[in-house]
Amino acid sequence: MKLSKAQYDEIAQFLGHVQPTRQSLRKLKEKFPSQSQSTLLSIFSQEYQKQIKRTHAKHHTAEAIETYYQRYLNGVMKNSAAPVLLDLANEVDFAPSLMARIVLERFLQEKEQAIPSKTLINSMLRDPSQIPDGVLANQVYQCTVNDCCYGPLVDCIKHAIGHEHEVLLREMLLGKNLSFLAEDQLRAKGYDKTPDFILEVPVAVEGHIIHWIESKASFGDESSHQAYLQDQFWSYWNRFGPGLVIYWYGFIEELDCHRERGILLKDCFPTDIVTLRHSMAQR
Amino acid sequence: RLQGLKQLLLQHPSVGENHIHDKLVSLSLLQKDFVPFLLNFLREQTSQILTNGPPTPAKTPNSKAHGSQRTGSERRASLGSFLTATPDTLPVRRGRRKGSSVVGASGRQVARDLGRSLAEEEDGKSDSGSWNGGRRKRSEVPLVSARSPPSQLNLNNLEEFPPMGAASGWTNKPSRRINPTPVSAERPLSKPKTCFTSTPVSQSPAARLSAGSSPEAFTAVQEGNLSSVISNSLQEEREMLKKERYGISFDPGTPTKPSYARSASLPAESHLVTCANPTKVSCKKQLECLAQLYSSCIAENLVPNIFLELFFVLQLLTSKGTSTAEDGDSDPEINESNRDISGRQHFQSVHNCVYFAVCVLDYQYEIISHLEKGMLKLLAENERIASFSPTLHKRLREAYENSTAKVSLLLPCSVQSVSFQPETDNRSNFPSDRAFHIFKKQRDIFYELLREWEDNHEKTGWDFERVLGSKIRAMMAHLSATFNHSRFARLFQKQLIQMCKGPIGGGASWGDTSDQDVLNMLGSDNLSRLKRLQERFVVPQSIRGPCPPPSFPGCQQFFRDFILSAGSYQFNQHLMDSLCLKILELNGLTLVEHEHSDGEADMDEQDEKKRFTVALLSLRLLAKFLGFLVFLPYRTAEQPTRDLQDSALALRNQILPVLDILKLLRQSIQDQRSILTIPWIVEYLSLVDHIAPFLDYYRKVFGLLLLMVLSEDKEMSFLNKLLILAVLGWLFQVELFLFCCILSAFPSFSYQDFVPLVDQQLLYTCCPYLGELRKLLASFVAGSGGKNGGFIRKITPTAAESLAPKASVTQRKLQIELEQAFFHNQPPSLRRTVEFVAERVGSNCVKHIKATLVAELVQRAETMLQEKVKEEDVNHDKLLEEVCAQLYEEGAQALIKGRDSAENIAVELATERACGWLSANIAALIKREVKATFNRMLKVPGFPLPGEDAVELRRDCPSGCQHCAPFPSQVINEIKDVLCVAVGPRDEGEVVDCVWLECLLGRLSQTLRCRKFMCPTSEQQLAKCTVELASLLGDPGIKSPEKSPKELRVKNNPTCGLLKLLFSIWKEDFGTSVPVQLIFSKKNIGYLAEVEQREWDLFLFLLHGLIEHGLMRTSEIQSCLHSLEELPWPSDFIKDLKMLSRVFVSEHQIEEPRTNPSELTRQSLGTVATHS
Repeated sequence: MKLSKAQYDEIAQFLGHVQPTRQSLRKLKEKFPSQSQSTLLSIFSQEYQKQIKRTHAKHHTAEAIETYYQRYLNGVMKNSAAPVLLDLANEVDFAPSLMARIVLERFLQEKEQAIPSKTLINSMLRDPSQIPDGVLANQVYQCTVNDCCYGPLVDCIKHAIGHEHEVLLREMLLGKNLSFLAEDQLRAKGYDKTPDFILEVPVAVEGHIIHWIESKASFGDESSHQAYLQDQFWSYWNRFGPGLVIYWYGFIEELDCHRERGILLKDCFPTDIVTLRHSMAQR
Repeated sequence: RLQGLKQLLLQHPSVGENHIHDKLVSLSLLQKDFVPFLLNFLREQTSQILTNGPPTPAKTPNSKAHGSQRTGSERRASLGSFLTATPDTLPVRRGRRKGSSVVGASGRQVARDLGRSLAEEEDGKSDSGSWNGGRRKRSEVPLVSARSPPSQLNLNNLEEFPPMGAASGWTNKPSRRINPTPVSAERPLSKPKTCFTSTPVSQSPAARLSAGSSPEAFTAVQEGNLSSVISNSLQEEREMLKKERYGISFDPGTPTKPSYARSASLPAESHLVTCANPTKVSCKKQLECLAQLYSSCIAENLVPNIFLELFFVLQLLTSKGTSTAEDGDSDPEINESNRDISGRQHFQSVHNCVYFAVCVLDYQYEIISHLEKGMLKLLAENERIASFSPTLHKRLREAYENSTAKVSLLLPCSVQSVSFQPETDNRSNFPSDRAFHIFKKQRDIFYELLREWEDNHEKTGWDFERVLGSKIRAMMAHLSATFNHSRFARLFQKQLIQMCKGPIGGGASWGDTSDQDVLNMLGSDNLSRLKRLQERFVVPQSIRGPCPPPSFPGCQQFFRDFILSAGSYQFNQHLMDSLCLKILELNGLTLVEHEHSDGEADMDEQDEKKRFTVALLSLRLLAKFLGFLVFLPYRTAEQPTRDLQDSALALRNQILPVLDILKLLRQSIQDQRSILTIPWIVEYLSLVDHIAPFLDYYRKVFGLLLLMVLSEDKEMSFLNKLLILAVLGWLFQVELFLFCCILSAFPSFSYQDFVPLVDQQLLYTCCPYLGELRKLLASFVAGSGGKNGGFIRKITPTAAESLAPKASVTQRKLQIELEQAFFHNQPPSLRRTVEFVAERVGSNCVKHIKATLVAELVQRAETMLQEKVKEEDVNHDKLLEEVCAQLYEEGAQALIKGRDSAENIAVELATERACGWLSANIAALIKREVKATFNRMLKVPGFPLPGEDAVELRRDCPSGCQHCAPFPSQVINEIKDVLCVAVGPRDEGEVVDCVWLECLLGRLSQTLRCRKFMCPTSEQQLAKCTVELASLLGDPGIKSPEKSPKELRVKNNPTCGLLKLLFSIWKEDFGTSVPVQLIFSKKNIGYLAEVEQREWDLFLFLLHGLIEHGLMRTSEIQSCLHSLEELPWPSDFIKDLKMLSRVFVSEHQIEEPRTNPSELTRQSLGTVATHS
């Protein structure tokens, strides 16, 4: 679903400083009933990530870490069953999963007398059962489960959504009888940049020729689109010519401004497709 | 000699062209001096009346002044002096722009500036045009300042111009030297290097007198002294030459003359346009004689640039006239009686000018008739031609009507990238990962720069070097670090060709595209573009004359500026290598001559032309850049002094050229393919530095080129000839001084160049300045108001039709674009192959059809005709048409037949090949693909490795699966929500409904069964989440609302139902191993411990279920329980746990046949319950 910049701004405005909880999501849905849930969730997630990026540094100072850790210790001392870590994260406006990571890291550091490896931390966040302290394990799990923007569970959901839409797109291409090379094939051939699909025979979508299609199971807002343009879309253009990006959860209409140059945005699989007819009898 | 000339000039107009030519030949000694004299004479005579368009420079100085009087040993010095005298705008521009010391700047900066200044000409940053327009403006400049010479160059200059009279020896009056004006002390650094020592030629003697500069000239006129006038003219000529040598090259601009560009359509003056009247023409005979002479010079290629002369003639044709000229016209009788022809003002009236012009046009009809259709239309519509020469008018109309030479110079320059070809671009082509990775980045940076340039370069204040310079150099530094130069040079060169190869797009043939088609091609939906196009037609363009300086128009600018900003020796070297290679490759194109059958263009021939055009345009582009790079290091800010120049010559004569163009040129002449080679060599040479033309090597090249002009072959295709003459004329005009250096006796020489490959489209594409002729005429129409609307103007009423989108045309355009796009991303070999196959098959079909069907039809036609001719005395033409019309229908069959057979052949061949290849290679192919798949399989996380418990992998959907199960992501999300509630914190009254949970598990089962959208990570996550869910089932957050604790019987407990569902899903639906042992983790058992009323019965049910469904072995559970007991739990919990463990062990050690599991559970539950 395409949103105008104004519509998008209204949603972003509402999101302001919300906590990444299911309660916030519910409120968002009530406020904007006409938008699809996935779109709202995607916008929510992106806005929240922007907010976190802005404040990331401030939560990672030595003082902040120490404060959080002490507050955690005090909290569980009083009541280990209470959502100490989750409440702490919400109170200081930080993502619960990331708060869990900070405290876990600090905890391990104290326990092992060494800075723990990233892989170890990630593994423990994915499976808190591995955390040597039962209380902390529970607290961490509570954080990761309740966080709807960060954490292993959310990452997995995002990955799954991405994969599912690629499969959907593949099915649609097959249904249209278009021949293509998929990302893994391209990688096997040694391409340095690989869109999801390269059309072996280009087609015209809404009068624009496209050579490749990239599926994005997210909402296309300004910052994510800029980043994608820089890292991916222009690179594809530089190698394979013009192409199509499908933002399945919609995008800001105004971003679709590179059509003439060769980057087309859609929020669904296009219907207006013209293929190269091998019989050029009309000529 | 003088008598001879007089005789010549006074000859009766009835004398034929040949006769005059013979005369000229007989006076061959005179010839070389005569031509420049004639040209200058005409310029001078007409200077008063020509106000339209820029003034055309006259021809070069006469040869004697510079060559013939010298001995061979002196020749070099003479050439050298030319060089000294030859100005280059570069120093002028640089000095003007920077105003500071050149020496102080870093070498790189200088080079950059030099190159860029060359560019600014066409960038429009300076409007000062080329040589044109300067004269008029100059006359407005106070003479004192205009005459202040810039430097000692002038002195040298004059030394190199000995008195004309003494040298030529055919004037009886001693020539006068112009006193060099001393260097002005006040302006030692004054920048104008343009020489203003002579008065502007464009001024009439009277004007000169009033300016007080040339009393002698005035006296001469007063006395009616022929010789003095001639001498004066020669003097003028000499000065003009000097001036031209300064003014003609890249930039004559000086600070005092900010702009020369003049509007073509002079609207303010339009009412002044004099109506030319054939009856008011005076001294017709002389004019006719002059026209004949002049035309012969043009016909014999004695003029440096025929198109410049044509431009001049058109200027005369369209001259507006002035009131003074009209006045002078009032006394024709007196003029008529004056036999002193060269002193007389024959061109004082518009009528005379037009008369002369029409005469010349009549003589030059052959050339004119080969120009493009729009030009012919303007000529045919020209009312002056119509009134002065009805016969010429008629011929022009006919030529227009028969012309098919529509030319479109629309240049849709859009950036398109060079496609990535794995064969040449993937990792295996790079020495290291780093090189590969860096090149990947460089490609992206390059296009980023290109896009930035495309978006911004037309904005005011945008400066290439300032914005992009440092980025480019940073990129170059990376190139050096990884030795990627050659690779990048190749990309650069390919991109250059892609963007700048010209208006020939490939699929669409522009030559025969009608106007309507062009509009349609642009698309009627694209109104803004159309509007811009229209503006371009309506808004008067400035006429810059037919000899613009070399330029880098459009996208070429980017590439030139890139080279300059990069300032990388390595890059330049690799780029030159790359350019040379490509030039040699393209220059090797085989030109095939096809026999003409009835003059109709054969298919082969058309393809040949297209291929030729593409190659020629690419060659010209590449050669221009090669020339730019080759001569770039030698560009000097200042005109080198004689000494410097001599030493430079001595040095550089030893150095081999990068590309042996002399050899290529000779080879091309020998192979009769100079039509391909000359145009690009001209581009290459147009960028020479000051010294290069005087190197032995390049002198030979220039000499050879000049010979080609002088001895052009009459047999040659006219358009081929025109192209060569046009480009060489341009080169010689741009490098005017060369013409005179080389213009000395050369042995006669002949060459042939048969294959007619040039059409008007190509001619105009290569020489866009030919369009100036048309602009001039068009501006005349515009300037003369509504009077001359043009009678041939055909207005096609197309409004209704063209405004509605023409589906078929848009579709066709899209198909063409798609086809091009397809080939664009394929290796070039594919296109060549397809073209080859298409050409061969097509051509054979045509031949076949000719031989069979057409032959048969012709035979029948013959009989029909024979009969009808006998019948009655009919009009033959009409009869022919009738018969043909009858046969056309049948002829159409040929088309269908042709298509069928071509298709069949192609399909058959393709099938045969494919089958052949498959049968030979299928086994190997399958093996390779399977191996690749297997390798990928091994890499997937979760794939069981040997030694691990191999879980049966589920790879396919159940048969008949509609793939409409919920997406895994959705199910994970829902389970996550359940876990949230279970783990807490919960809102008040927030619970998970068991019934709903059951539904969710049902959907989970569906999702797991359909494999389409499942990926390993999703499945693993689902497995993990469901295990967590099972551990949390006893949680108070998950309750069935109706549940009351008293009714708690396992059998009816909905939680047990959920567990059973989970067992089945774990067992049946998952394709990956489920980490059920996580149930026994400290964290998950902790949930059990936390709950006040511990649900041991449920836990036991869970354990039994695990065993029963084979999800865990008894021993595994036992060891899990055992390790759990080791952990620090509350004492009562430990007790319960131990009890449970005992119960479990006792039940499962006795290997009794399975009865009802729920019964067993109930028994054990009773036991456990007593403890809790």
